[in-house]
Amino acid sequence: MFAAAAIGLLVALGLCLVRIIKGPSVFDRVIAGNSVGTLSVLLLAVMGYVFGRPEFIDLAITYALLNVIGTVAVLKFFRYGDLGRDEEEVGQ
Amino acid sequence: MGHVLSTAIVLLVFWLTLSGRYEQFLVTAGIICSIFIALLAARMNLADKEGHPIHLAISALAYWPWLVWQIILSAINVAKIIINPALPVSPTMTRVKMSQKTDVARVTYANSITLTPGTISVDIEGDDIIVHAITRENAIDLEGGSMDRRCAKFEGSV
Amino acid sequence: MSLDLILDIVSWALLLSGGFFCIVGALGLLRMPDSFTRLHAASVIDTLGVGPIILGLMVQSGWTLTTARLGIVLILIFFTSPVAGHAIARAMRHRDVKPILSEDRTGERH
Repeated sequence: MFAAAAIGLLVALGLCLVRIIKGPSVFDRVIAGNSVGTLSVLLLAVMGYVFGRPEFIDLAITYALLNVIGTVAVLKFFRYGDLGRDEEEVGQ
Repeated sequence: MGHVLSTAIVLLVFWLTLSGRYEQFLVTAGIICSIFIALLAARMNLADKEGHPIHLAISALAYWPWLVWQIILSAINVAKIIINPALPVSPTMTRVKMSQKTDVARVTYANSITLTPGTISVDIEGDDIIVHAITRENAIDLEGGSMDRRCAKFEGSV
Repeated sequence: MSLDLILDIVSWALLLSGGFFCIVGALGLLRMPDSFTRLHAASVIDTLGVGPIILGLMVQSGWTLTTARLGIVLILIFFTSPVAGHAIARAMRHRDVKPILSEDRTGERH
């Protein structure tokens, strides 16, 4: 039954990949990439049960933390061409 | 001080949950680390009413189940729109008022709007949130302000 | 009907419905006409996709430390996904990405 959920997640991942390839804008790709991150967290958790090793959850936690930081970092980069700057600094 | 202490306790619980091994050395290291990080957070003004809103925990217990129910209803609604071959979307931009006073409650309101499928808070202008809704009905529901009142209550019952 | 069987059925139903909503959300990503509406489809994955699957795994693992860790994943995703969604929407507005709108009600205050 875990395998069925894993297959469902893989199908969803494939659909997200199609959206990433098709684009058309950067933002569509970021949205789809964010969904790929969320789905990977779920896939990691489910795979832990498929292989009978629930310790995989630790990896899922790390990935969930990295996912949101990655999305915000990419957005900041595309808005300012720089990861370090604040909005206030740019506004001045 | 209370907020620093509760930050340390939450961090320690997090450590113990992730570690899963309760040898003397590891637990001692966990206690030292959580106290040290809580003090660092206090120095950075993070362990205060805004950064660690533990005083809202009780009203959160009343607010979150309602929010989860709203999320389930609207997620099923959006799923129906996606499955429908005609794709009956009527995207609407609207402007809703925030009647909350503290920043924590405002963030809660904006995050609740975004977390509920069908509505996304796009921007904040003064006391208003600009919201993108997938259908006209979603926008009008939000303008009705029941979520706004719930958030104000969530903040007010401190 | 033993308790184990009931728990298994509950967790299977949760896992299957979670997988179903993940596929529906991803399908929405493909079908929706513009970037803003695609965000709505993505938030279906973040809520009804994540919730049931994590809850189903929680039911399977019972009262163990793994359940607590799954709870951390669930809370983490529920707190961070609106942040990412809002960041994307705000970036699109500030980069002047025009949404396809059937009605613009931002003029008056509601």
